[in-house]
Amino acid sequence: MYFLRRLLFAIPLVLFTSALTFFLLHVTPGGPFDRERAPSSPEIEHNLKAKYHLDEPLWKQYLRFLDDLAHGDFGPSLKYRNHSVNDIIAQALPVSLTLGSLAFCFAMGVGLPLGFIAAARRGKWQDLTCNFLAMLVVCVPGFVVGPLLILVFAVKLKWLPIGLWASPVYAVLPMIALGLLYAGQVARLFREGMINAMQSQFITAARSKGLGETELLVKHALRIAILPVVSYSGPMLADLLTGSFVVENIFQIPGIGPFFVNSVLNADYSMMVALALLYAFLLIGMNLLVDFSYTLLDPRVKYE
Amino acid sequence: MNEISLVPQHLSPGQRAWQRFKCNRAGMLAAWYLAILLLVVVAWPVILKISPAHFAQIHNPDELSNPQFMPPNAQCWFGTDLHGRDMFSRVLYGAQISLLIGVVGTLVSLLIGVLWGAIAGYTGGRTDEIMMRIVDALYSLPNIIFVSVLITTATGILKRTHLVQQSPELGGMIRVVIIFVGLGAISWLTMARIVRGQVLSLRTRAFVEASRALGARPHWILAQHIIPNIFGVVITYLALTMPAIILYESFLSYLGMGVQPPMASWGTLIANGVGEINPVRIYWWLILCPGVVLVTTLLALNFLGDALRDAWDVKSRP
Repeated sequence: MYFLRRLLFAIPLVLFTSALTFFLLHVTPGGPFDRERAPSSPEIEHNLKAKYHLDEPLWKQYLRFLDDLAHGDFGPSLKYRNHSVNDIIAQALPVSLTLGSLAFCFAMGVGLPLGFIAAARRGKWQDLTCNFLAMLVVCVPGFVVGPLLILVFAVKLKWLPIGLWASPVYAVLPMIALGLLYAGQVARLFREGMINAMQSQFITAARSKGLGETELLVKHALRIAILPVVSYSGPMLADLLTGSFVVENIFQIPGIGPFFVNSVLNADYSMMVALALLYAFLLIGMNLLVDFSYTLLDPRVKYE
Repeated sequence: MNEISLVPQHLSPGQRAWQRFKCNRAGMLAAWYLAILLLVVVAWPVILKISPAHFAQIHNPDELSNPQFMPPNAQCWFGTDLHGRDMFSRVLYGAQISLLIGVVGTLVSLLIGVLWGAIAGYTGGRTDEIMMRIVDALYSLPNIIFVSVLITTATGILKRTHLVQQSPELGGMIRVVIIFVGLGAISWLTMARIVRGQVLSLRTRAFVEASRALGARPHWILAQHIIPNIFGVVITYLALTMPAIILYESFLSYLGMGVQPPMASWGTLIANGVGEINPVRIYWWLILCPGVVLVTTLLALNFLGDALRDAWDVKSRP
C-alpha cells in the first residue's frame, strides 16, 4: 500500500522534472539551428522551425510533447536529424547499462571487503590503510584516473586496449575508472555501518550469549551494516546506469553519457528532455527499490 | 587525577570543538597542508616578481619557450607543456582560480542553503512542504543539465552586451563569477535539508519558546537563536561541500564549459594533458602533476571535514 502511494507520487514528480527541463531549455538563448549548421536563409530556418513545431507557442509545444510521451515517443532529435530520440537511446543506452552494471559490481566487489576489513580491525593499521585508500579514491576524479590507467596499462604496458568497445577486454579499464570512486564511497559507508551495528544492543545480547566474534560480524551485524550501502546504491545505480560523460569520452565508448552534455550544448530539446526523464525515472525507481529492500533486510523498518 | 577534571567546565561549544579538533592528527595535518598550499599559491606571483629575471622568465606561467614537453627536472619541477610553459607555475596559477571558485561557490551554496532550510524549517506547515518538494524535484534533475543551462544562458546574454565585446579579460572574469554562482546554485540542496532538520528540532526547544513568549519576531529568533546553534553542522558540511565544488569546477573546465584560456584551472590543465595522450610518447607529468595537486587538496578538505564533524559531533559528547 505504502509503495503504491509512493509510486503514484512519483508520477507528478517525474512530470514536474520534465516540465522544468523543458521550460528551462526553451528559455535558454540560442536554438538548435543557429550553431555551426546554421540554415542559409531565413526561409529555410522558418521552414525548419515549422517542421519541428518550434514556431508554436511554448505551451502548445509542451502539450505536443506530453502527447508524444503518452505514446512512448520522444520525437526526432534536433541535432541528428535523421534519427529519432528513441533510436539513439535504444542504441546507446545498452552500452551504458552494461558498463554501469560492471562498474557497480566492481564498486561492490572492492568496496565491501575494504569496508569489512576496516571495521573488523577497527583502530589498527588495517583500518587506517583501508580508510585512507577509500578516502583517496573518493577524491580521484574520473578524468584523472582514466588517463592514468590508459597511460600505464594501455600505452606503456600494452596489456589492455586504449579505447573503443568491442569485446569484454575493452570494458576493464573503463569499468575501473567509473567504479573506483563508488568503491571508496561503499567502503566508507560499509565501515561506518559495521561500526554502528557492532555498538547496537542486539549485538551485545548476542555476544553475551557467547557467540564468536566472526560469527557475530557475519551473521548478525552484516545485515544491518549493509543498510547504508543499500540506500546509497539507489542514486549510485542511477548515476552509473545513465553513463558518464568523462569515462565514455576518454575511452571512446558509444554510450549515452556524452549526450547529456552535448544535447544541452546543441540545444537539442527533445533529446535533453528525454534524458532528464530517463534519469529521473531511474533515480526514483531505484530509490523505491532501495526502500523496498529495506523492509526485507531490516525487520525493524515498517512503512505505514 | 584524570583528564576531565583538568578541563575547565565553562567552555563554549566552539572552544570544546577546537579542543577536540586539535587532538585529531589527520585533521590537523589536512589543515596545515591547506594553509601551506594557500600560502604558496598567494606567495608565488610575489616571488616571481622579486626574483632574478632568469628565474622569473623560466617560471612565468604565460611565457612561451622552446623546450616543450620537458619532463620534470631541476629547473622546471613539474616539466613543461606543449608551449614550453612551466607546469609548476601553471598549476599554482590554476590553483588561484580553482580555490577561488571553491571558496566563493561554497559561500553561495551556504547562503542559499541556510536561508532556504532555516525558513522552511522555522515556518513549517505548507510553506515547508512546498519548499522541500522543490528541493526533491531539483534533486532528481541531473546537475549537469542545470549547470550547463545556467552557463549557456548567462554567457549568451553576456555576449550581446557591449562591455564584454570591448574587453575579453573582463569577459573571462565575469565567466568565473557565473561559474561559482552556478556551482553554488546546485550545491545548496543537501545543505538546505540538513539545516531544515536541525531547525525543526531546535524550534521546539525551551529557550526558543521563551524568546517567542517574550514577543520576539521570527527573523530575530532565526538570527539570534537558530543560526548560531546550527553553526557546527553548517561549518562541517561546508568543508565537505568545498571539495565537491572544486571537483565540479574542474569537471566543467574539463568539458570546456568552465574557465576559458588564457585563464587556467586544474581542470583545464588536466584536460590539456589528456589531449596530449598518444601511443608514441608519454607525457605523464601533464596529467599527474595537476592531478596530484587536485587530489591532495580534495583529500585534505575531506579529512578536514571529517575532523570537524567529529569535533562538533553532538552524539559523541559525554
